[in-house]
Amino acid sequence: MRIPCPSCGERGHEEFAYLGDASLVRPDPTAPDAEARFADYVYLRDNPAGALRELWYHAAGCHAWLVVTRDTRTHEISGVEPAKAAALRRQEAG
Amino acid sequence: MAEQPFRLKQTGRLGTEKPLAFTFDGKRYEGMAGDTLASALLANGVQLVGRSFKYHRPRGIFSAGSEEPNALVELRSGARREPNTRATMIELYDGLDARSQNRWPSLSLDLLAVNSLAAPILSAGFYYKTFMWPSQFWEKVYEPLIRRAAGLGRAAQEADPDHYEKATAFCDVLVIGAGPAGLMAALAAGRAGARVILAEEDFRLGGRLLGDRRRLDGQPSPQWVAQIEAELDEMPNVRIMTRTTVFGAYDGGVYGALERVSDHLPEPLPFTPRQRLWHIIARRTVLAAGAIERPLLFGNNDRPGVMLAGAVRTYLNRHAVAPGGRAIVFATNDDAARTVADLTAAGIAVVALVDPRPRPPSSSIDLADRVGAAFVTGIISRAIGLRQVEAAVVETDRGRTIVYDCDLIAVSGGWNPSIHLSTHLGGKPVWNEDRAAFLPGTPPPGTTVIGAAAGDFALRDCLAEGARAGLDAAEGEGFDGDEPALPEVDPEGTGIGPLLTTTAARGKTFVDLQNDVTVKDVELANREGFHAVEHLKRYTTLGMATDQGKTANVLGLALMAELTGKPIAAIGTTTARPPFTPVAIGALAGHHRGRDFRPTRLTPSHDWAARQGAVFVEAGQWLRAQYFPRPGEADWLATVNREVNAVRTSVGVCDVSTLGKIDIQGADAATFLDRVYTNTFSTLPVGKARYGLMLREDGFVMDDGTTARLADDHFFMTTTTANAAKVMQHLEFCHQWLWPELDVALVSVTEAWSQYAVSGPKSRDVLRTVIDPEHDISDAAFPYMAAGAISVGGIPGRLFRLSFSGELAYEIALPASYGNALIQALMEAGAPFGIVPYGTEALGVMRVEKGHVAGNELNGTTTAHDLGLGRMVSAKKDFIGRTLANRAALIDTNRPRLAGFRPVDRTERLRAGAHFIQLDTEAVAANDQGYMTSVAFSPTLGHWIGLGLISGGEKRIGEIVRAYDPVRNGDIAVEIVAPVFVDPEGVKLRG
Amino acid sequence: MTDRYSFLSILKEAFSGQKGWEPVWREPAPKRDYEVVIVGGGGHGLATAHYLAKEHGITDVAVVEKGYLGSGNVGRNTTIVRSNYLLDGNIPFYELSMKLWEGLEQDLNYNAMVSQRGVLNLFHSDAQRDAYARRGNAMRLNGVDAELLDQAAVKKMLPFLDYDNARFPIQGGLIQRRGGTVRHDAVAWGYARAADRRGVDLIQNCEVTGITVEGGRAIGVETTRGFIGAKKVALAAAGNSSRVAAMAGLRLPIESHVLQAFVSEGIKPFIDGVVTFGAGHFYISQSDKGGLVFGGDIDGYNSYAQRGNLPTIEDVCEGGMALMPRIGRVRLLRHWGGLMDMSMDGSPIIDRTPVDGLYLNAGWCYGGFKATPASGFCFAHLIARDEPHPDAAALRLDRFARGTLIDEKGVGAQPNLH
Repeated sequence: MRIPCPSCGERGHEEFAYLGDASLVRPDPTAPDAEARFADYVYLRDNPAGALRELWYHAAGCHAWLVVTRDTRTHEISGVEPAKAAALRRQEAG
Repeated sequence: MAEQPFRLKQTGRLGTEKPLAFTFDGKRYEGMAGDTLASALLANGVQLVGRSFKYHRPRGIFSAGSEEPNALVELRSGARREPNTRATMIELYDGLDARSQNRWPSLSLDLLAVNSLAAPILSAGFYYKTFMWPSQFWEKVYEPLIRRAAGLGRAAQEADPDHYEKATAFCDVLVIGAGPAGLMAALAAGRAGARVILAEEDFRLGGRLLGDRRRLDGQPSPQWVAQIEAELDEMPNVRIMTRTTVFGAYDGGVYGALERVSDHLPEPLPFTPRQRLWHIIARRTVLAAGAIERPLLFGNNDRPGVMLAGAVRTYLNRHAVAPGGRAIVFATNDDAARTVADLTAAGIAVVALVDPRPRPPSSSIDLADRVGAAFVTGIISRAIGLRQVEAAVVETDRGRTIVYDCDLIAVSGGWNPSIHLSTHLGGKPVWNEDRAAFLPGTPPPGTTVIGAAAGDFALRDCLAEGARAGLDAAEGEGFDGDEPALPEVDPEGTGIGPLLTTTAARGKTFVDLQNDVTVKDVELANREGFHAVEHLKRYTTLGMATDQGKTANVLGLALMAELTGKPIAAIGTTTARPPFTPVAIGALAGHHRGRDFRPTRLTPSHDWAARQGAVFVEAGQWLRAQYFPRPGEADWLATVNREVNAVRTSVGVCDVSTLGKIDIQGADAATFLDRVYTNTFSTLPVGKARYGLMLREDGFVMDDGTTARLADDHFFMTTTTANAAKVMQHLEFCHQWLWPELDVALVSVTEAWSQYAVSGPKSRDVLRTVIDPEHDISDAAFPYMAAGAISVGGIPGRLFRLSFSGELAYEIALPASYGNALIQALMEAGAPFGIVPYGTEALGVMRVEKGHVAGNELNGTTTAHDLGLGRMVSAKKDFIGRTLANRAALIDTNRPRLAGFRPVDRTERLRAGAHFIQLDTEAVAANDQGYMTSVAFSPTLGHWIGLGLISGGEKRIGEIVRAYDPVRNGDIAVEIVAPVFVDPEGVKLRG
Repeated sequence: MTDRYSFLSILKEAFSGQKGWEPVWREPAPKRDYEVVIVGGGGHGLATAHYLAKEHGITDVAVVEKGYLGSGNVGRNTTIVRSNYLLDGNIPFYELSMKLWEGLEQDLNYNAMVSQRGVLNLFHSDAQRDAYARRGNAMRLNGVDAELLDQAAVKKMLPFLDYDNARFPIQGGLIQRRGGTVRHDAVAWGYARAADRRGVDLIQNCEVTGITVEGGRAIGVETTRGFIGAKKVALAAAGNSSRVAAMAGLRLPIESHVLQAFVSEGIKPFIDGVVTFGAGHFYISQSDKGGLVFGGDIDGYNSYAQRGNLPTIEDVCEGGMALMPRIGRVRLLRHWGGLMDMSMDGSPIIDRTPVDGLYLNAGWCYGGFKATPASGFCFAHLIARDEPHPDAAALRLDRFARGTLIDEKGVGAQPNLH
C-alpha cells in the first residue's frame, strides 16, 4: 500500500504508524458523564467495512499526522490531508 | 560420460554448442548451454527423475515450465542444497549437481512404493478417521511415522551462505510475461516513451514463440523475437528483466518480483547476490503471463513418458531434444496437429492422434494420414508401463480397444490462462464455457490482462492485444504513440473442445500429480460432503503441493462439477495465493539476518567504552555498556559492586545518551506540557527541571522522565530509552490532532546530544574541572534540579542537576560529536578521585536502592497510584488520561502496588518474576498477590533487594510473604519493606 | 452405510472402494425457528453447537454460515495450541481449552491430530527472561506446565538456531511441553460432524443480513435464505463481529485487522515443536506434511480484505532468517490473510450483550484457534444457563468501561499493538 504524504510524496505504508478511526473526538472532560464518554472514546469503534477516515503518522518521514480516507475492503485510498488542518477545521466547526 | 542419445541434430536452436557436464544421482552426463536440467536429462534419455509424495510412484518430466509437478530435485549440496527445485526451471551450468528426492534407497528401487499397495486404505481424509486409539499413541507412535514420510527434499543443514538483495523500481507500465503479447505491449509502450519494465521468468524472451515453430513476417519465430528484443534493448526507457518472476500483486500498484541473479551459475560471483527481491511500483500493469496446458485423465496418467503436448514441442523445437522415440498424441484441441507435425519433423514416429471431439478438424485427420499416424476419435483409457510408458490403451468412440506401443504420450486438455496475479487483490475468476477456462474477473486497478492469460490463445490475437494494451497503458500515463504494425502470422487452428473429465479410465488416475490426488479421492470427498471447492482442496490436498495445482486445480473442479451435476461456474474456484511460484525465504529477508537483522545504534562514546573493555547489552536497537570488568574480578557481580561503591563513595560516569530527548518550543509550550503530564509544568521556573509522569488516555502510565525549562517558551524533555519514539509520536498526536491551536513545535533531538550522568559525592569536583570556569555550579548557584547552559572548552552544552542514583549527581550534555571527547575529559578530570565508568547494571542497582521505577514497573498495566506516584497526579487540571485514571477499578487500593522486598534470610538471592504468595498458604492462583518486578544485589546494604507489585503495597510493610519462583526452583520468605532502601530522606542528592 | 470411525470400519471401507462412507454432515434447509441460532460456522460457532448439544442437551440449534463451514480463521491459522498466558483472566480459560484439546479425538471420534510437541518462547535479554519467569510462574500457579530453559537446553533441542552471529543472542526459553499444533480444518470438520450427529442444523451459504430485535430482545435473524427465528441468537463471527453486532445497534471494543500466515514447500521435518522468536515477529512449526508453517505480526491497519501486504511478509522472513538461517533456500509456497477481531485489550469477550437474548463471542485477536474448544464450551454454558462459565468469568464486555482489563502486553487500547 502507498500513502501520498502531502509533504513527502507517495510513500510505502511501512513508513507510517497507524492509529485508527479519525472520527473519534476527545470528549469534554468537564461533562458530568465524562467517564462514560471517555470510555466510549477510548474503547468503542465503528470498525466499518468500507470507507474509513483514519489517522496515520509519518514516523519515518516528516512526522506529520495525516487523515487518510481508505476503503477497508479494498485498501483504495481516496483522500489524504494533514491532520492538523483537519483538526483546525473541526475546531472552527465547533 | 554418456552421449546425448536423444539430442536432435537437425534443429538445434541452442545458443551455443558448448557442452556442459552435470551429474544426476551421482551419474555424470553432458548437456548444452541453453538447456534446462529437464531438457538435458531428456537428451540423455533419463525419464525417471522423481517419486511422488504419497505413493512413491515413479515420475518423469511432465512440463517445460514453472508449472512442473513431478520433476522436483535437490539441487546443489551442502549449505547451498535447494530442495524441491523444478528441473524444468533449472538452467544448466557446468558442474551442476542434482539428486532425486523422496526415495529410499534409490530412485529406481524405492521401497516406500509399498505405499501403493495400501492405496485402498490411504484415501483422502484417511488420517482423520484413524490413529485415535489409544489416544496417547498419536505423538509417540503414529505421528513420528507420518513425519518420517513427510516432505519431499531436505533443507540445507547449515546457514545459507549466499546474499540476497532488495531493490525498488518504478515504472509507468509493467509488462508481466515476454511472450508474443507481452513483447508487443512492451514495444508499444516503449515506443510511446513510457518507462517500461518487461519481466520474464524464463532466461530468454519469447514464451511460446521459442517452443513452437511459428513464422512472423516470414521469419522463424525466434528470429522475430530477437529483433523485437534488440529494439527494446536499445530503448533507454525500457528495462528488460529476465529470470524475473513477478510473484505477487499487492495493494497500491506494488508488485513483488524475484530476480534469479546467480541461480544459473555454480555459485554467485563475488559481491553479487544470489537473488534480488524487487518491489516494482507500477502505475499500470499489462498481465501477459500466458497459459498453462491442462493434462488429461486416464489410468497411469502419471507415468514417465506422459508429457504435456506443449512441453513436447518445447523440448523438440527449443532444446533440440527428443522426449521419446515413439509417440502418441492425445488432445482435445487443434494444437494437436502442431504436436504431430513437430514430432514428425523431428523424426519421431507418431503412432496415433487421439481426439475425443465428435467433429475433429479435417486438417488433423489429413495430417495424421500424411504422417502415417492413426487418427482415432476416442480417448486413452490407460497407460501401460511402470518406470516408463510402454504402451497406451485407446478406446474408440465405436467401442473398440486398441493398444499402441509408445514411449511418449503427449497430452493436451486445453489451457488454463495464468490469471493468478489478477486474483491476488481479490478478483474472482469467471468461467468461460467457449474457452473452457477461467478468465480474469476484476483485475487489480490499472491492470489489463491480455493474450493467452485472457483466454485468447491465437497468436494473431496475442500480438494485436499486446500492441493495443501497451499503447493504452502508455497513453493512460500521458504518453503519445502509434500502435506498432502487427507482423503477418502463419495460419493456425484454434479450435478447442470442452473440458474433458468423463473417462473410461482404468487404474490410478491422477488429478494432482504431486500430491497424489486421484479421481477416486475427489469422488470420496464428494460422497462425504466435501464438495465446496475449498473443502475439496483441504480434504484431498488437491492443489496444495509446491506447484499449487497449476495443472491440477481446474480438472478437480470439473470433476466435482460433474459429480454434483452443477456447472463449473457454480462450483467456482479456490483462491490463488501469492507467490505465483515459491520464493526463497532468504530472498524475502534480504540482508536482514545475523547481526544485520536490525540496525545497531551506538552512542558517540561507544568506541571509547569498547576500549575500556565494556560488556554491552541491547537496549532496543541501542547497545549500551552494561558493566566495565577489570582484570581479576571474579564475575559480573564483583564488577557491578565496585562500580556502585565508587559512585556511592566518590564518583562515576555513565553514558545516558540513549534517553529520548525532545525539544519543545513555543508560546504555549508550558500549557502543552500541563496537558500531557499528570503534574504541572507551567509553574516550573526557568533554569529548573522537574520529574514528570505521562499517562495514556486509558489512565495507565505511559512514560516518565525529566523536563527542564530552558526559557519561558523552551523546554527540554527526556523520555525513557525504550519509549523515545512512542512518546514523540504521542506528543505529535496531541499537538497536531488534539490541540492544533497551541503554539508549540516539537523536535526529536535524541541523536543530537551526547549525555553523561556524573554521580557521586565528588561529581561537582570533577565537573568543576571540565566545565568552563565562568559557569558557577556551586550548590547555591546550581542547586538540586537546576538546569542550564554551560560550556566545555567553549563548546555550548547543558547541565542538569538530576540524580537517579540518589547521590549528588549531574547530567552533562554536549552536541553528539563531542561525546567521545567529553567522556575522556571527564575521566581525566576524575582520575584524582578514582572516577569509574559505570554501566546499566550499576545504574539499575542504584535505582532499585532508591526505589525509582523503570521499565519493569512501567509495564503498561500500572497506574500512578500503583507506583506510589499518586502525589504527582494533579487534581487541578485536565491532562491525558485523567478521566479514565479515576475509574474505581484503577484507584482500588487492593490493586498490586509498589513495595520494597528483602530476603528474610539475607544470604538468599531474589529473582524478578517470582510471585508473592501469602505465607503458609498453598501456591495456587487464588493466593497469588503480585510479583517481583526488579531485583538487585545492594553492595551498600550487603544483600539482595527488590521492588515488586503486591496487593495492598506499602500498607503491608513488615509482613513476610513467599517469593515463589517454581520455574527456577525458588521459594523463599521475603519481607515487605519501603521501596527506598538507601538514604530515604534524600540527604545525599542535595549535598 | 458407515458412520462411526474405527479400525473395523476403515478396513471394511478399504475393501469396498470407500463407497460406504456417510456424508460428514447433512445439508438441511433452515427451519422456521430454533431455540438457538449461532451466527458463524467457523471453529467457535461449530464448537458451541457441539457443546450446546452434548453438555446441555440443547439440540434445536442452527449454525448459519455465509460461506462454507470452516471458511474463516479456523482454516487460515498457523495451527498452534498453547495455554502459556500471563494473566489470571486468561490462564484458566486457555488451560480449559488445552484440556479439551487433549480429549478431543475421543470426544468427536475424529482425528484432528492434536500434537503436543511443545511450544518454546525464546528470550534474548535478562528482562525478557524475568518476564517469562513471571509468566511461567503464573502458569504453574494455575496448574499449567511451564519450564524455563537456559541457552544450553535450547541449543540441545534446536542446534540449528543462530547462536553465534545473532543481533539479539538467544539466552533461553520458556517451554510449554503440552502445547503444540492441531490440524486446523479437521477441528471444524470434527465439531461439525459431531454437532450434526446430535441434530444440529448446519446451514452453509446462508449470510445473516439482519438481527431482528423486538422490545429489546433478539428474536431471530434475517438471512439470504429468509428469516430464521430464535429464542437466543449467538454471535461467533470473528473478524466480522463488528458488522454483525451493528445489525443489533451495538458498537464493540473491536477493530478488524489482517494477520498473515505462511507455509513453505514440503521438506523433510527438522523442526519438532513450535518455536517463537523473542526479538522479532516470527513463530514457526513444521506440519506433518513437511511444510514450515509460520507467521508474525498483524499488518497493522484496519482491514476487511483477507490478504496482507509485502512489508509484513519481509518482516516475518527477516525474523525467520535471523532465527534459523538454514531456511534461506527453503521457499515460501503460499501466504494468505485472515481477519482478526482485535479487541482493545487483546483478550476475548464471551458475554451477554445489552440486547436480551443476544450473546457475543468475539475479540479473539490472533488467539482464536487455540481457544476453539473452550470458547465453544464456555459460550454454550453462557447461552444455556445465562451465566458465564467460571473459567471465562473475566472475559466480560463491561471490563473496558470499568477498567478491569486483561492486557497481556500492556499496550493499552490500541488493537494493532496487541
